[in-house]
Amino acid sequence: MKQQQKFVLLVISAFVLLVLPLLLQGFGNAWVRIADMALLYVLLALGLNIVVGYAGLLDLGYVAFFAIGAYLYGLLNSPHLTDSFPAIAAMYPQGLHTPIWLVLPLAAGAAGVFGILLGAPTLRLRGDYLAIVTLGFGEIIRVFLNNLDNPVNITNGPKGINQIASLQFFGLDLGKKLVVGGFEFASVSLYYYLFLTLVVFSVLLSHRLQLSRVGRAWMAIREDEIAAKAMGINTRNLKLTAFGMGATFGGVSGALFASFQGFISPESFSLMESVMIVAMVVLGGVGHLPGVILGAVLLSALPEVLRYVAGPLQGMTGGRLDASILRQLLIALAMVSVMLVRPRGLWPTPEHGKSLPPAAKV
Amino acid sequence: MDIFIQQVINGLVLGSMYALIALGYTMVYGIINLINFAHGEVMMVGALTSWSIIGLMQESMPGTPGFVVLIIALLIACVVAATLNFVIEKVAYRPLRNSPKLAPLITAIGMSILLQTLAMIIWKPNYKSYPTLLPNTPFNVGGAVITPTQVMILGVTAASLALLMWLVNYTKLGRAMRATAENPRVAGLMGVKPDTVISATFVIGAVLAAIAGVMYASNYGTAQHAMGFLPGLKAFTAAVFGGIGNLAGAVLGAILLGLIESIGAGYIGELTGGLLGSHYSDIFAFIVLIVVLTLRPSGLLGERVADRA
Repeated sequence: MKQQQKFVLLVISAFVLLVLPLLLQGFGNAWVRIADMALLYVLLALGLNIVVGYAGLLDLGYVAFFAIGAYLYGLLNSPHLTDSFPAIAAMYPQGLHTPIWLVLPLAAGAAGVFGILLGAPTLRLRGDYLAIVTLGFGEIIRVFLNNLDNPVNITNGPKGINQIASLQFFGLDLGKKLVVGGFEFASVSLYYYLFLTLVVFSVLLSHRLQLSRVGRAWMAIREDEIAAKAMGINTRNLKLTAFGMGATFGGVSGALFASFQGFISPESFSLMESVMIVAMVVLGGVGHLPGVILGAVLLSALPEVLRYVAGPLQGMTGGRLDASILRQLLIALAMVSVMLVRPRGLWPTPEHGKSLPPAAKV
Repeated sequence: MDIFIQQVINGLVLGSMYALIALGYTMVYGIINLINFAHGEVMMVGALTSWSIIGLMQESMPGTPGFVVLIIALLIACVVAATLNFVIEKVAYRPLRNSPKLAPLITAIGMSILLQTLAMIIWKPNYKSYPTLLPNTPFNVGGAVITPTQVMILGVTAASLALLMWLVNYTKLGRAMRATAENPRVAGLMGVKPDTVISATFVIGAVLAAIAGVMYASNYGTAQHAMGFLPGLKAFTAAVFGGIGNLAGAVLGAILLGLIESIGAGYIGELTGGLLGSHYSDIFAFIVLIVVLTLRPSGLLGERVADRA
């Protein structure tokens, strides 16, 4: 019976997820975009969950990996490089278009390498110090993105990179709408299905990782590093693995983000974004997949929806309370109040021993 | 050479402002092991409050001499910041004293964003020009110049530090603070009330931060809701640099960081042949931080601490 219920629930939720963009499309593409961004944030939160949730390493510069992936995709799929470097323009007279099968692994790899490079010297540190160092790393990356436009124009500075080509695979261009048997799939809906596929894949991957030898080792490190070491776990290598793997998720999401937006600038990769992703993981429930997904969806989609109802408020307060300020205010309030009411997150991992009958507890 | 002296003076001024903020971080961290992310925002609130007070006073009693206005604004800013930090600790940190370690850190970050947003709503997001209340004829020191405001910053910082050292080392409250930092439970058994001590620590930290905020705004001539974040971060870096939990270390780290930053920003262009300009100055702090933590994780004057806090 229980198994059957689970199966029915799974089928229903799969159906809802599949139909959702087609329904939202009817209300306008802006709503599908919100769903797309929510999925992208879920992907990011799942990646950070490996670092923060499983291995217990607080990373406040996670957005740096996101930025690396995004800029890699942006540079390899926009006219920016060919415009600023004649040599590259000579090599690719048709313009630079790198296939996704090359860019995605590249983005994942580059982000992973950066993750390990950052992790190697800093993982000896205690938790809070690690938070500050990663935060600093995130800021360093942003300062470089902002300033690498002279003397050699690599990132185009604060102006950012635009005209980034949309994703293409098997002859399908996600930037254009697709008509199948008279029914129209908008470009944003196509992206939705791509993101959804990746999210499902990541959830499965995270779930398998969690149950694996590596995952159990991570959690042992999280609970007590010294004890884990005493049990023969190579804590340094495993922490590095967690860092690298988390970064990989960030890199892939970044590449997808660049192709989805068509425009990237250092502004999208501020510290506030890192904080948001950490907040998603922690508010939802550290290390618990359904919780993390819930946190990501709540924090990314709800404020966007609010944007549509904030109009009247803005008029009432004389323009002091516009949508973006309201959004920030709500996120801040949510972070404080949820932590105060439920310090372990909205949907935390069931604690060990919770399944015992109440009488067993003192 | 005079450029060098100028950068040293600027570095000392910058460092002394970092020191005031860093002390708040290091005291709080020393006692409850929490990075109070909202500390930079307390400094911002201090600065903006003083800006409002100065505006009000200049309007209602135009004849008052500049330094009197500044002192009154400073005092009110200290009171407001202290009240604010007292409330923050009570509301956001105290209930989470025994929760998982991430929880108070997240509320601290949330508080930081909350304060910034509220300040944006109350004071509007534009940059406000902060009036120069002291005479602005600079003094000459070996070819370099130092403004009366900068002299005041150095003087006020020195006085605050002396007062703090006296408070921590020679008063009953100071002894209670040191005892709580050492071991809150044992201190409790000895008749110290840890909660009172923690509140007092937050209040003292806020007063120092408010002073720093007023100094920072007078030095740069502007105030804005986001002004507290970066100095706050750098001050924390300074606290770690000097060895967190150690008051003298925080001051030393802050002064060194100020010097590194201003001298580095002055010379980075020449050193790299124009490849990197002075707009990279913000990353010095983080590079220093990463290097220090890698080579000497406990900081310059810090004691060796166990792997896990």
